[in-house]
Amino acid sequence: MNAPFVGQPVPRAEDVRFLTGRARYVDDIRPEGALHAVIARSPYGHARLLGVNKASIEGLPGIVGVIAADDIAHLPAEIPIRLAPLEGFQRFLQRPLASDRVRFVGEAVALIVATSRHAAEDALEQLEVEYEPLPAVVTYDAAREGAELLFPEAGTNVATRYSASMGDADAAFARADLVIERHMTAHRHTALPLETRGLIAHEEADGILRCWGATKVTQWNRRALAVMLGRPEHSMDLIEVDVGGGFGAKGEFYPEDFLIPFAALRFGAPVKWIEDRREHLLTTNHSREMEATVAIAFARDGTMLGMRAKVSADMGAYVRTNGGVVPAKAAQFLPGPYRMKDVALDVEALLTNKTPVGTLRGPGRYEAHFFRERLIDLAAEELGLDPAEIRRRNLLRPEDMPWSIGHLVPYEPPSAVDSSDVPAAFDAVTDAIGYEELRWEVRKPQPDGRLHGIGLACFVESSGAGPSETARVELREDGGLRVISGVSTQGQGHQTVLSQIAADAFDGGVPPSEIELLNGTASLIEGGFGTYHSRAVVVGGSAIHLAARSLRAKLLRVAAARLQLRAEDLVLAEGHLRREGSVQKLAALAEVRGWMREAGETPDATETFKPDGRTYTCGAHAAHVAVDTETGQVEVLRYIASEDVGRAINPLMVHGQAIGAAVQGIGAVFLDELVYDENGQLLTGSLADYLVATSSCFPNIESITLENSPSTLNPLGAKGAGEGGVVACAAAIANAIADALRPLGVEINHLPLGPDRLLRLIPEKPAP
Amino acid sequence: MKAPPFAYAAPASIEGALALLAAHEDAKVLAGGQSLMPALNLRLAAPSVLVDINAIPELSEVSITPAGLRLGALVRHSRIGTNSAIAGAVPLLGLAYPHIAHGPVRTRGTIGGSLAHADPSAEWPAVCLASDAVMEVRGPGGGRDVPAEEFSLGIFTTAIEPGELLVAIRFPAWPASRRAGFAEVARRDGDFAMVGAAVTVDLGADGTCTDARIVLFGASSRPVRRREAEARLRGQVPGAALLREAASLAAQGIDPPSDLHASAEYRRRVAPVMVRRALADALSLPEARLAS
Amino acid sequence: MTPTESLSITLSVNGATVAREVPARLSLADFLREELRLTGTHLGCEHGVCGACTVLLDGEPVRACLMLAVQARGHSVTTVEGLTPAGGGLTPLQAAFQRHHAVQCGFCTPGMLMTATALLAGNPSPSAEQVRDALSGNICRCTGYVQIVEAVMDAAAGAEA
Repeated sequence: MNAPFVGQPVPRAEDVRFLTGRARYVDDIRPEGALHAVIARSPYGHARLLGVNKASIEGLPGIVGVIAADDIAHLPAEIPIRLAPLEGFQRFLQRPLASDRVRFVGEAVALIVATSRHAAEDALEQLEVEYEPLPAVVTYDAAREGAELLFPEAGTNVATRYSASMGDADAAFARADLVIERHMTAHRHTALPLETRGLIAHEEADGILRCWGATKVTQWNRRALAVMLGRPEHSMDLIEVDVGGGFGAKGEFYPEDFLIPFAALRFGAPVKWIEDRREHLLTTNHSREMEATVAIAFARDGTMLGMRAKVSADMGAYVRTNGGVVPAKAAQFLPGPYRMKDVALDVEALLTNKTPVGTLRGPGRYEAHFFRERLIDLAAEELGLDPAEIRRRNLLRPEDMPWSIGHLVPYEPPSAVDSSDVPAAFDAVTDAIGYEELRWEVRKPQPDGRLHGIGLACFVESSGAGPSETARVELREDGGLRVISGVSTQGQGHQTVLSQIAADAFDGGVPPSEIELLNGTASLIEGGFGTYHSRAVVVGGSAIHLAARSLRAKLLRVAAARLQLRAEDLVLAEGHLRREGSVQKLAALAEVRGWMREAGETPDATETFKPDGRTYTCGAHAAHVAVDTETGQVEVLRYIASEDVGRAINPLMVHGQAIGAAVQGIGAVFLDELVYDENGQLLTGSLADYLVATSSCFPNIESITLENSPSTLNPLGAKGAGEGGVVACAAAIANAIADALRPLGVEINHLPLGPDRLLRLIPEKPAP
Repeated sequence: MKAPPFAYAAPASIEGALALLAAHEDAKVLAGGQSLMPALNLRLAAPSVLVDINAIPELSEVSITPAGLRLGALVRHSRIGTNSAIAGAVPLLGLAYPHIAHGPVRTRGTIGGSLAHADPSAEWPAVCLASDAVMEVRGPGGGRDVPAEEFSLGIFTTAIEPGELLVAIRFPAWPASRRAGFAEVARRDGDFAMVGAAVTVDLGADGTCTDARIVLFGASSRPVRRREAEARLRGQVPGAALLREAASLAAQGIDPPSDLHASAEYRRRVAPVMVRRALADALSLPEARLAS
Repeated sequence: MTPTESLSITLSVNGATVAREVPARLSLADFLREELRLTGTHLGCEHGVCGACTVLLDGEPVRACLMLAVQARGHSVTTVEGLTPAGGGLTPLQAAFQRHHAVQCGFCTPGMLMTATALLAGNPSPSAEQVRDALSGNICRCTGYVQIVEAVMDAAAGAEA
């Protein structure tokens, strides 16, 4: 494979260790003398915590100690907000251990440390904790009414309320020929990475407190931990090892991210905690539970004139590091990729006695696109328009770019879609699925007796959040490159994709296989912000591009002086320096590195990339489904997702991201669901009850990667590619099912759509 | 998520196992472990002693004779599914097998373990009931035969008394004129059924139904024979209309449970569909499979 | 026979004979990971659903979290570390996984490889549907399975050619 590497399906260099069992995840680390922690958790959704009887497990085999709220009362250990600091949120932050009240099943009340995991779990069964149960708040209405308060001192369960608008929605509705309004809901589910969370903390002999198992935003988390522990930031490090998936949930600052380091300091030994799957379902961020009343004003020809919406998100029991992103982004993305300028939104975030929420791949978008795209189909039906046609009449066009999406998010500046060809992305899926023919085919009686339907959905999606990212590129002694980046990795394959970028920025003079990547760990580089909001390649990759260009320029300058040639006449190729137009190698890069040293230049370059705004991708999904009206079971016969990612650095990996995201998103429509009872008990606490897609569920998933609209906001032209596959799944599937069931007069306004729920919507035929 | 402490023994004989069960009141029998091990890891079970029966060769024996099929309790799912002689002897076993769990569970899980666990949504107990199987139970006082109908008593409850061990399942010889059908609806392939049906229909030379077994599972606390529906078929030449009638009769009066995956209403509504589809498959009447 | 809480076991792991004294309650997965430091066998749920801990027991795929270490006594266990000789390349199946981008976070990968290895040993040219059925007890949250199925099919085709 030769340069340019960007754009080529380079196989992943990191795969070999994953394929041979030599990867190193946090649970694979086994420090000498490590102690093992388990956490005692509330069995109640809402209760007064009357006491933790530490003495109840004293002297049990292997027990080293117990930590309860009183042990950390002297520390400012409230977990801060990282993103979306909406007004009012500060009243509802979580402390790592509950002190006088527990607010969700699974909330940590004590930490038990023992010489083995088995001993710690044995003691956990014996630990006496006294509670006085309180009524639980589990519905939107109960939260709003506030008869029972999670935080009596706040006087409300409403964590925040705000309104946002652009244009004049009232005027738009006043001239509408048709208004479609529905109350709709999305359901609570979670990312469920296959590896649970885990952490090992140890203050080593050099006085540095090291925590292995950190990820996502290690730099921010280190700052937070420093404040909470009252220790200087440079006296600790958060180290990223291999991470078994994140999808937004893993790597946020959780109670354990304080408790395990705290325990390591208290007991003066390495302390290891690995979340078990039950704990994971109880405590790792949930997401997506939302209700909305959305109205869209249409003209008779299908033109979308304006939108009004009220969005309410169930935040669970506390405001976590990024929980506010969920309702705020749902609201922001409700208008979608359509030429609609008049929008009025009311947003509220409600506290309930459930696990707190945070972001999940495509946060808010998955819900918002479902709400809007359903209404568009309902309008099409009312107006006698084809669902594809009504969308085409309203989609943003390339000439609309940049398209202002106003100031719909209170904590962010106004934003605009940077570049986009939505009609092309839409046509790509309708052509691929053969929409024009299929829409008639599905109406015919099917030999299998099922009802078929086709569903479409369009989306716009942001990526590449700021503020900036820094990278250092070093020329190694052996002539290879070492790239140091502040982005983190949860399994995406950054080693490969970022190496491709560095290789090309270095004129292909060093192949990706000779480029190593160091990233994720907090102390590696200043000015790193981690990986979220599909920013690693867009922002992190751009910083690497700049740093590699910078090192290249420096190297050529030194070499030119040394060789008494012009820098423009020199080229880098195959690990060597060559003269333009000549095959003769002037020097190996390893040698040039020596020249740089001799010339008093360091063989490295550091650059910061600060994007001038976010990049926006767009795309469309199309679904063809068959519904068994006797069982409520749905088969997804074909599913196609397109996304215009600007520039696909590695098409193989972009495709993998899209397919994986789509299966997550489609799975969530039918399977993933976190169910609570009226007492706030989680009923889906194991993988026997919380169901995710398996290999036999959705075999026919395709993706189309488009590169029609390179971003103008970064040197790569890149946009995020990890979330477009998920954001329109509920919308497209729900539209397809609704299309199939239209002869039965069924409307789909609520998620999820498992067989039981679907069958309830299908009128029962009288027995013969 | 680690199992609580327990003592372990792996006797080499049925007598050895029975002696251990007699000596330790709260001992649990470990067969394939696909239900007991999760319960231990989740600390939902905490026996003081685990009696591992995997070292008892006799329990893995399979015999096929003119009298029928005899499966040792420890015969694993995968052996049932991949040994064509077993499915040949009792075709319902072969029809149900693809619905049972996944590869790495099938290689360990056992038919006896499934029967003794008595999940009302499990396939094997329904198959046994529809096939007139007899369970051989051994206790300190000797052996006894328990017909399938008297074996499953309710959710996770069987006729196995404390100190007893299920040692084998006997299936009577399968008549050449017997057809079988199996249908279930589950959340995903391999999951326990929300509701399902296992049926057999014996046909005379003229196509008249001479006998039938219709078993619903997942529709109540244990698999149940639906005798009124069976009676409706007897003496008739089955056609689509008759199947609909029988299916509807089969679901009458059931009082299904509600759980996370399916409400009682769902099960009530889908039960006759499963019966109809199982019968349609058994009788090769594809038109009866379709919604009317 | 007296039940005991600790037992001596001898078994073969990746072709080598291993003898240890283990607590009765130790799972085979924990034994492999903690005692033998074979950490390629992953724990994703510890209640037998996710398949990340799948290993081969006498050539057949089993959940290592649902077996006790003592139950492996006298048996032969193969883990992902045993698929390739130390320091030596990739099997055709592993290479196909890399070629098809069937790996993202890698956490499910060893379990997938073990299950697929057993499948191909018993059925060298499976249909895509058979591959999907065989792998349906192994959860992957990253790939959507499409590339994993392609990789297994490709490895099978390659072996046939």
